[in-house]
Amino acid sequence: MKRIYFDHIAATPLDPRVLKAMVPFFGEHFGNPRSLHSFGRPAQEAVEDAREKVARLVNAAAGEMYFVSSGSEANNFALKGMALARRDEGRHLVVSAVEHPSVLQAAKSLERFGFQTTLVGVDGEGLVDPERVAAAVTPETVLVSVMLANSEVGTIEPVAEVARLCRSRKIPVHTDAVAAAGNIPVDVRALGVDALSLAADQFSGPKGSAVLYVRRGTRILPLIDGGVQESGRRAGTENVAAIVGLGRAAELAAVELENRAARLSGLRDRLIGELSRRIDRLTLTGHPTRRLPYHASLCVEFVEGEAMLLALDIKGFAVSSGSACASKSLKASHVLLAMGLDHALAQGSLVFSLVDGTTSEDVETLLEDFPPIVERLRALSPLYTQYLEEKGK
Amino acid sequence: MIYTDKVMDHFQNPRNVGVLKDADGVGKVGNPVCGDMMTFYVKVKDDRLEDVKFQTFGCGAAIAVSSIVSEMAKGMTVEEAMKLTNDRVAEELGGLPKNKLHCSNLGADALHAAIEDYRSRKAGESEAKKKKGGGCCCPYCDGPLEGAVGLCRSCHVELRECPECHKATKAGEETCSHCGARLPSD
Repeated sequence: MKRIYFDHIAATPLDPRVLKAMVPFFGEHFGNPRSLHSFGRPAQEAVEDAREKVARLVNAAAGEMYFVSSGSEANNFALKGMALARRDEGRHLVVSAVEHPSVLQAAKSLERFGFQTTLVGVDGEGLVDPERVAAAVTPETVLVSVMLANSEVGTIEPVAEVARLCRSRKIPVHTDAVAAAGNIPVDVRALGVDALSLAADQFSGPKGSAVLYVRRGTRILPLIDGGVQESGRRAGTENVAAIVGLGRAAELAAVELENRAARLSGLRDRLIGELSRRIDRLTLTGHPTRRLPYHASLCVEFVEGEAMLLALDIKGFAVSSGSACASKSLKASHVLLAMGLDHALAQGSLVFSLVDGTTSEDVETLLEDFPPIVERLRALSPLYTQYLEEKGK
Repeated sequence: MIYTDKVMDHFQNPRNVGVLKDADGVGKVGNPVCGDMMTFYVKVKDDRLEDVKFQTFGCGAAIAVSSIVSEMAKGMTVEEAMKLTNDRVAEELGGLPKNKLHCSNLGADALHAAIEDYRSRKAGESEAKKKKGGGCCCPYCDGPLEGAVGLCRSCHVELRECPECHKATKAGEETCSHCGARLPSD
């Protein structure tokens, strides 16, 4: 059976060109970049080369890029590092309600240090209103964090506008760009943000390799103390091969991103349009146009997401769901609930996220195979029976 | 795959799906907030479950549980069916992931509710009594709860009683995992 991967938001397949660049750093170039001898030099050069490449991807300076172990670490570093660095000026954060758990939980964890967080809600399409962010700011606010794009519903947030409103109040802004960077054009200067998180595994790079961009002159305390790696802001021997992979993936994305995005958004639109046509009572979640090019998210009424995910898996398709049953904690996606979806509809959540290798045949196969799955599960559903009865009346 | 082959078989080919128009008892449990809704229909003849059918809105485990419960219950006496426990259901399926064990409760509960409905109809009551609320089991590990809702002794999850449906739900959550009511923060 052919397996078809529609789970970009979980992980992207490693580009073979990225793997090729990484391999020597598991072998002959095993040295520690901090070593002064000849074994250290190639490793150090490779790390600095990767720093320049990833800086170019987002129009930053190499010295503003800090290598970390994951998008979650980048987000924790930004929230905790920037908030604690300014704790004497105030202890209030403003964060959107649809952030990744690594932002929301980091903000929660800061409560231990006396910080309070205002969560700013979103509209029915997952959009944050910059005016509402500005209105939530108080004289005590030391950091605002609004994501660039949401991985569960694909909505691209008006971060530049948020940053513009905060700049006049001299409040630093962080944006979690993990779902966006390497997939849509990201320019830290144009956005006007002070910090930005990105992760290699969202643009055909390796897992365990991410970056926090910190604008020069921004105050931030390290999460990990120790040696002088990453200018003393993130101690620990560098994961050289993963950093090299991130650099190579960034270099490729910078060149190929536009074509990839154009191709994938065409497939995405075909997927959304045809599924809506072929399946009754299907709702697109997230914004219809301001959305990630690889991202199609929807809710199918009267059926539950994990059951659809499972049935699709049997057919060889890999997808995600934000339903309560699909999560370990048995809680529906906080993003869908923040958008005002009722619990029953949120239970029917599915995310089809395309990757570079996705072909139009893959999309057509899904369009053939998915509607019968929905039909079969709806035949089991007491909610669907009830709907048909009411419709018949 | 997180599920056993038997669970997958019942998920893909569920037995006894449907509605019994002339059912002697109907039982409904669950709500969309916790994810699963099950409706069981029973037809009783000479004190035996002559036919059992169900409909389920829920995850793979919930569908498989309903299917196996219907299969196990068919042909049982009413008395035997009332003794069908969630443990036996989970065992019959070759086990369920820990966070899906509550699905096996729902299956047995829905069957029992249908039988209670049958009994109360037989006793001449116009309508079945409302299904028992009762915080009998921890919703997280299914261990028994003793006395007032507090800490589950089996899995040490802190629990509280939902003011709306009076079932045990996890403390510190915003909404009740059973009925979805907003919980007062404490």
